[in-house]
Amino acid sequence: MKRSTLRVVLPIASVTLFLVGWSVYVRTADVSAFVLPPPEAIVVALSVMLFDPKLWSHTLVTVTEALSGFGIAVTLGLTLGFLMARVPPVEWALKPFVVLLQLIPKIALAPLFILWFGFGLESKIVIAAALAFFPIFSNALQAFKSVDPGDRDVFVILQANPFQRFVLLDFPNALPVILTGAEVAVVLAMIGAIVGEFIGGNEGLGYLAVSYLQNLAVPELFGVIVVLTLVGLVFYTVIGQLRAFLTPWHVSSDKDRSG
Amino acid sequence: MALDAITPRPEIRIADLTKIFGEASNTVTAILDANLEMAQDEFISLLGPSGCGKTTLLRIIAGLEVPTRGEVEVRGLPIWVDEKRDCDATRPVSMMFQEARLFPWLTVAENVALPLRIARVGRSERRERARTICATVGLSGFEDAQPSALSGGMRQRASLARALVTDPQVLLLDEPFGALDAMTRDTLNIELMDVCTRAGVTTILVTHSIAEAAFLSDRVVVLASRPARILEVMEMPFARPRTLDLQRTSKFQDMVATLRTQMTGGAA
Repeated sequence: MKRSTLRVVLPIASVTLFLVGWSVYVRTADVSAFVLPPPEAIVVALSVMLFDPKLWSHTLVTVTEALSGFGIAVTLGLTLGFLMARVPPVEWALKPFVVLLQLIPKIALAPLFILWFGFGLESKIVIAAALAFFPIFSNALQAFKSVDPGDRDVFVILQANPFQRFVLLDFPNALPVILTGAEVAVVLAMIGAIVGEFIGGNEGLGYLAVSYLQNLAVPELFGVIVVLTLVGLVFYTVIGQLRAFLTPWHVSSDKDRSG
Repeated sequence: MALDAITPRPEIRIADLTKIFGEASNTVTAILDANLEMAQDEFISLLGPSGCGKTTLLRIIAGLEVPTRGEVEVRGLPIWVDEKRDCDATRPVSMMFQEARLFPWLTVAENVALPLRIARVGRSERRERARTICATVGLSGFEDAQPSALSGGMRQRASLARALVTDPQVLLLDEPFGALDAMTRDTLNIELMDVCTRAGVTTILVTHSIAEAAFLSDRVVVLASRPARILEVMEMPFARPRTLDLQRTSKFQDMVATLRTQMTGGAA
C-alpha cells in the first residue's frame, strides 16, 4: 500500500481494533459494567445525553469558568511577564514570590479558593486562572527577555519610542512562544475548572461527573469524559488556528513540520 | 561666509575618541585617541584586522555605544551629550549591519518602509517610497514576499533599501556583505557604490577586505589592532565611476600591496 493511503487507513484501523478489543474483553472476561462498560454502552449513553439540554448548560458553565480563568491568566501573565522582563526592579521585587508560587502544586490551593470565593463560578474561575497563569507568564517572561540585541540596535537607530518598539518588535517576536504557553494553559484552565466543580458547587461537567459517579451511572460518567475531551480539542484547535493566523511566518505554524 | 567656503564644516568630525571596556584592573582599550574628519559625500573605509575595534568606532558614531572620552560630531552636532545619544544629531544617520536584520512578521516592503512607519509617515507615502527604493536596489517584484523567501544577497538588498529609504545624509555600513559569496559581494559592492554616489551620501564602511576598501573608497583609514589606533589615512586616487576592471590594473594592485604592508606593519 502507498504511504499516503497508509497514513489514512492505519489510524482508523488501530482505533477500530482498540474499540473492538475493548468490547470483546468486557464481554468475554465478564467485567462488571460498573467498572468498565463496553464502548457501545458509552455511545448509547452519550447519544441520550447529547439531546438533554442539562448537559449543554453544564458544559456552558465549565467552558465559561475555564475561558474566564484563561482570560485572566493571559492578561496577568502577559502584563507581569513584560514588566519583569523590561523593568529589572520589578523582577527583583517579585522574583521570590514567583519562585515560591511556582513550587506550590496549584491544585492544592483549590479548597482554599472555594473557602475564599464561595461555591459559585468565581472560585472555579480563580482556580482555572491560577493553573493557567504560570505557562503564560513564564513563556512571556522568557520571550520578552530574548529579543536579539542586534534587532534592538535597529530600533535604536530608527529612534523608535518604547510603544513602537513593543508593537513592532517585542510583541511579534514573543508571540510564538506566548502561544505555546497558551496551548498548555488552556488545557490547565479546563482542569482547574473541573477540579473546582469536584470540590463544591452544583453546576458544570465536573459536578455532573461526580453526581453520575454517586449514582453509579458509569456509561454516563464516560460520556462526560468524552464531552470534556471534545471541549479540550476545540480549545486546542482554536489556539492552533490562532497561531497560523497570527504568526504565519513562524516555524511553529508550518504544517509540514508540526504534522 | 567666505571662511566657510574655504574650510567647509566637516560632515563628520571625530576628535580624540577613546573607548575602554570593563572596569578597574580588568579593562580593554578598544579605540585610542582616534581623530578623523570627513567631507560631505565622501566614501571612507575603516580597514583593519578582525577584533581591532573598527566596529566599536562605527557603533559610537551610530549612537549605539558610549565613548569613554572624545567627541563625535555629525553635521556640527555632537552625537553624545552627557553619555546620552542625541536624537537630533543621529537623525540623519542610517546604519546597515552584517546580518540583514529583516523582521519575519513584516513583508519585504513593510521591512523597507519600517523607518518611515516609525517616523509616522502616512501609509500611501510609505508604500510609494518603499516601491521606489526597492526598484533602486533591484528588488522590484519582491515587495510582497516574506523575507525568508529571499536569498542572502536579496536580503542584504532589502536591508540596504531600508537604510536608504529615509534619504539619510550619513550611511554607516558594518561589513554588510561579509557573509555573502565573492560574486554576489562584487555585484552588491558596485551597486552600493553607485547608489551612494548618486544619492550624495557620506558613507563609512567597516571591512577587513583590503581590495574592497581600496575599490569602494575615496580614502581608506588603516587601523592597528588592540587598541584600534589610526595608523594611516590613504587617498585612493582612482577616477569615478569605477568598474571591476579597475581591480586588474597594476595601479590598483600596487595600492592594495601598500595597504597590506601598512596593516601588517602596524600589527607587528
